[in-house]
Formats: sequence, C-alpha cells, structure tokens
Amino acid sequence: MDTALILHFLTTPLVFLIWTTFLKTFILLNVVLGVVSVTVFAERKVSAFIQDRTGPNRVGIPMTLLGGKKDIPLWGLGQMIADPVKLLTKENFVPAGVNKFFFWLAPKLVLLPPLLVLAVLPFGSSLFGVEMTIANINVGVLFIFAVTSLSVYGITIAGWASNSKFPFIGGIRSSSQMISYELSLGLSIIPIFMVCGTLNINEIVDWQIKNGWLVAPYWPHGFSLDQLLHPKDLIHSLIAGVSLERFLLWIPMMVSFVIFLVSIFAETNRLPFDLPEAEQELVGGYHTEYSSMNFASFFLGEYAAMFAGSGAIVSIFLGGWSLPIIPDGSHGWVWGLVNIGAWFAKVSVILLFMIWIRWTLPRFRYDQLMKLGWLGFFPIALFNIFLTAIILAVVHH
Amino acid sequence: MAIVVNRPKLTFAEKCYLPAIFAGLAITWKHLKRALFNKGIVTMQYPEEKWDANLPDWYRGAPTLVVDENGREKCVSCQLCEFICPPRAITIKPMEIPENDKWRKVEKRPEEFDIDMARCIYCGLCEEVCPEEAIFLRKDYSITGLNRAEMVHDKKTLYKLGGVMKGLTFKWNELK
Ligand code: SF4
Ligand code: SF4
Repeated sequence: MDTALILHFLTTPLVFLIWTTFLKTFILLNVVLGVVSVTVFAERKVSAFIQDRTGPNRVGIPMTLLGGKKDIPLWGLGQMIADPVKLLTKENFVPAGVNKFFFWLAPKLVLLPPLLVLAVLPFGSSLFGVEMTIANINVGVLFIFAVTSLSVYGITIAGWASNSKFPFIGGIRSSSQMISYELSLGLSIIPIFMVCGTLNINEIVDWQIKNGWLVAPYWPHGFSLDQLLHPKDLIHSLIAGVSLERFLLWIPMMVSFVIFLVSIFAETNRLPFDLPEAEQELVGGYHTEYSSMNFASFFLGEYAAMFAGSGAIVSIFLGGWSLPIIPDGSHGWVWGLVNIGAWFAKVSVILLFMIWIRWTLPRFRYDQLMKLGWLGFFPIALFNIFLTAIILAVVHH
Repeated sequence: MAIVVNRPKLTFAEKCYLPAIFAGLAITWKHLKRALFNKGIVTMQYPEEKWDANLPDWYRGAPTLVVDENGREKCVSCQLCEFICPPRAITIKPMEIPENDKWRKVEKRPEEFDIDMARCIYCGLCEEVCPEEAIFLRKDYSITGLNRAEMVHDKKTLYKLGGVMKGLTFKWNELK
C-alpha cells in the first residue's frame, strides 16, 4: 500500500470520524486527568494560602537522589506526581465482611460518569475542520443529567458494600442529597431551553456567541475583530446590542445560574454540601473503608466530577469556548487553539471558585441542606420557569 | 430548671445566606491575596527553622545520663529507673567499681545502660525516681534512626547527650 491510498482511506467520512473521535477522546482524557491532578495541587495550595500557611512547597526535582547538592523545590509542583504515586504504592486493603464484587465495582462507577459527561461538552470550536466535541448529540443537556445522576450509584454502593455504619450513612445521605438537588438542577435549566430553543449544547454555545452569554445582559450585536478598525461599525454594533428583552431575561438567567451553580456543588459533593463524607461526623463517609487505588478512584472521580460540572456551567452559561471578538476555528487553527484555551481557562476559573468556596463556608447541617433544596431552590426554580415564559411571551412578540 | 435560649430573629438578608457568603469570600480572598505575596504566612519551615530557643526549662526531651562536676558518673546502678519505666525502655547491666578506682566508695556503676528511644514515651518517671539525680530529660527531641538498633541510646550516647550537672546532692562527697 502506498501513502496516497492510506491517506484516501483515512479521509473517507466514516473512517475519518472514527479515528478523529478516538484521537479526541484520548487527548481529552489525558488532558483532563492531568488537569485533575493540577486541581488537587491547586486545592492544597489555595487552602494553605487562605489559612495563612504555605502548603506543599518541597517536592520538586530530587537532585540529592541523583547525586546533586541541593533539591530544586519548584514551589512544590512535584507534589502533583508524588500524591498519586503514594496512593498507588499503598496496600490495597479489603476489610473482611465487605461485599467483594460491589466493593470493587463502586470506585469505577464513581469515576465513569464525569468522564462520560466530557463526551458531550464542546471544549473548542474546531481544529483543522474537526469539531472539538467528542459527541455532538441533540440531547446533550439531558445526557449530562442522565449520566451525572449515575454517579450516586457508585457512592451508595460503596457505602453499602463496605458493611460498616459510617460509610453506609454516607451513602444514604448521598442518595437523598442527589435526589433533592437533581430536581432543581433540571428545573433551573428549563428557562435556558426556552430562551435558546435547543437541547444541543453546541447550539446553546452558538446561541450565546450570537446573542451574548446567558449571564451577561448586554452584548454588542455582530461584533467582530475587523470592526475594531472601523469605529462607526463598532458604535453601530454596540447600540444594536441593547435590547429590553435581554435585560429582562437577565433576571431569570441569573436565578438559573445561581441555582445551577449551587446544585453542581451539591452534585459533586463539594463543601458546603459534602455531607456524604463529612469527616467530623462520618470519619470519611462512603470511602472510609477504601485504600490505595480504590480510594484514589474516588478522589479522582470527585475532582473529575468537579471538572465536568465546571465544564457544564461554562458551556451553558458562560459562552462555552467563545470569547468576545475572537473568531472561531474556521478562521485558522491558531484561533481553534485559542478557543480551546479559552474553554480551559474559564473552567479553571470555576474550579478555583469551587475551591475558594470550599475554604470559606462551613458545612450545612443535614436538615438545612434538605430544606434549602426542597423549600428553597425547588420552588424558586419552578417560579423562574414561569417568569421566563412571561417575559418571553410579553416582550418577544 | 431548663433555661430557654431564644433564637435570634434573623432578617431576610441573613436567612438567604448570600450577604454572609460574600462577606466570607471577601475575608478568605484577603488572606489568599496576602499569602500570594508571601506575607502573613505563619508556617515554620521545620528542619531549617526551629523553635529550640523557646523550649521551656522543664521540657521533657530525651532522657540522658549526667556526670557531676568531678567527672563521676552519678548513676549507681540501683535500677530503680529500669523498674519504673512504664514501657520498659531502660536496660541496665550493673557492675562493681574495681578496688583501685577513685570512686570505689560508691561501690556500683552501670556497665551498660541502654535506653530504647523507640519505646520511651518521655514520661519523665526515670528522672523523678532516681535517688542519685543521675538521669535527666534534656531538650533533644529529634531522635531518628534507620532501624531499631539505631534507636537504642547506649551509655556513651547518654553521657554525651547529658553532659555535666552541677550543684545537686552529693551523698558520696567525702566531706559530708
Ligand atoms: S522517660 Fe519514661 S519511658 Fe522514657 S526512659 Fe524514662 S521512665 Fe522510661
Ligand atoms: S539512673 Fe538513677 S535510678 Fe537509674 S539506675 Fe542509675 S541511679 Fe538508679
């Protein structure tokens, strides 16, 4: 076979789709797992700084092991590698009396859903004509809900299979917490469908590029890079961006955003909603009995869920990979890369915000958590749908 | 009688958490910003920086043996410390002081005196029980070893750590 033939084979539509999808999946998985370990490091550093400590600052390049005089601490960046290595080399202890199969299965079930969510998130516009979404499906948002609610099984099964009371309470808490917040999560997103008219995340992002991010009430109309050189066009597009509808819609959108954000916190078991693992009450919650790689899977799963949740927030509310003025990938691969960078930057901001919240707020009491979910967010989200409908009906026509 | 503590009436702003959350975020942000520029950090970089100068006189570090100002080993091998030591960290092998020795009058001294620092719990009972005031807990706390054998302080180490202790009881003093 000569190269021309192979090239031809690789560019037939179906084959092209298959190998690019595999490539995208592979790269995204690796990047995300890398980002997860950076997030863990960031969590430790930020928490240290917030509490006036220095945090990990020693593990760098071990020059003394290689015969050098002094280690290079590199601000403790080596901790990102040291942490997983430590977890991997520990004994994988399985206590007597656990249900072996489910004990083994649970960590995998926790790790899987967040990685599946990443499949539908558009993490960039396009690169060399290849769309930067692994699966561009029409029910993207529904897919996210369906998959994220699966992660509760991992936690509940872990709690049950451990055959120990604290993990069990953790698992139970987790399932009731998920049910409460899943509802508001789903309802808070309905106004978005009403405004954008689609369930496809790529189309929601496209809508936001045209009409402005959902959390921003004002957006210049048809703003682009070359307009910057023509002040008249610029002013024109700035004026065209003012619309009563957007300003009115901004209120329900902000409400949705807040509810969605808080529910994502609850879904990913982040403080102030980390009741399933509440260390002070439940030892370690559902993963008390786990060690080594199994524990690491829970850890990884939690941070991967944070990443996926942030990705969803960014894609739905913060304009996805788009930035004002910056064109998309069809204008050249540089812009494609810039778009991907923009997406990761936005996700990092949300991740940092999650960490910041964690080290600021104390944990909710369990009844307060339930009350907030059922008596707070649930009715507000319902009301929000009606508000959006009224605004759309009155102002739109 | 039960005392009824009335819950404070919360305003609407307090009930919806948000103002308090923002206030909290502002506080943590201030600390984060300060720490980013390396200010206000309270961490002590341990092996490089130490708190040793601030240790109190009564600090209970490693137990050690001391000699008096005449260079005599104060321990008379009575083995009281060996018996009282709760984790049985002390092992003593007594010996008779030879006929021609300067300190013959005292009769006994330890031939071997081992304290297993992997066992010692720094309780200080040995110091308290010693009738000769020969054993003292000094300020060394960073005791490390690569195996169990290295963690055992033998007589030589103990005297080296202990040094000289002056101005206490001298039962063996000729003039007394
Ligand atoms: S300090 Fe306590 S544990 Fe340590 S050697 Fe003395 S008596 Fe034993
Ligand atoms: S150190 Fe004191 S208590 Fe222990 S054997 Fe010597 S004299 Fe007796």
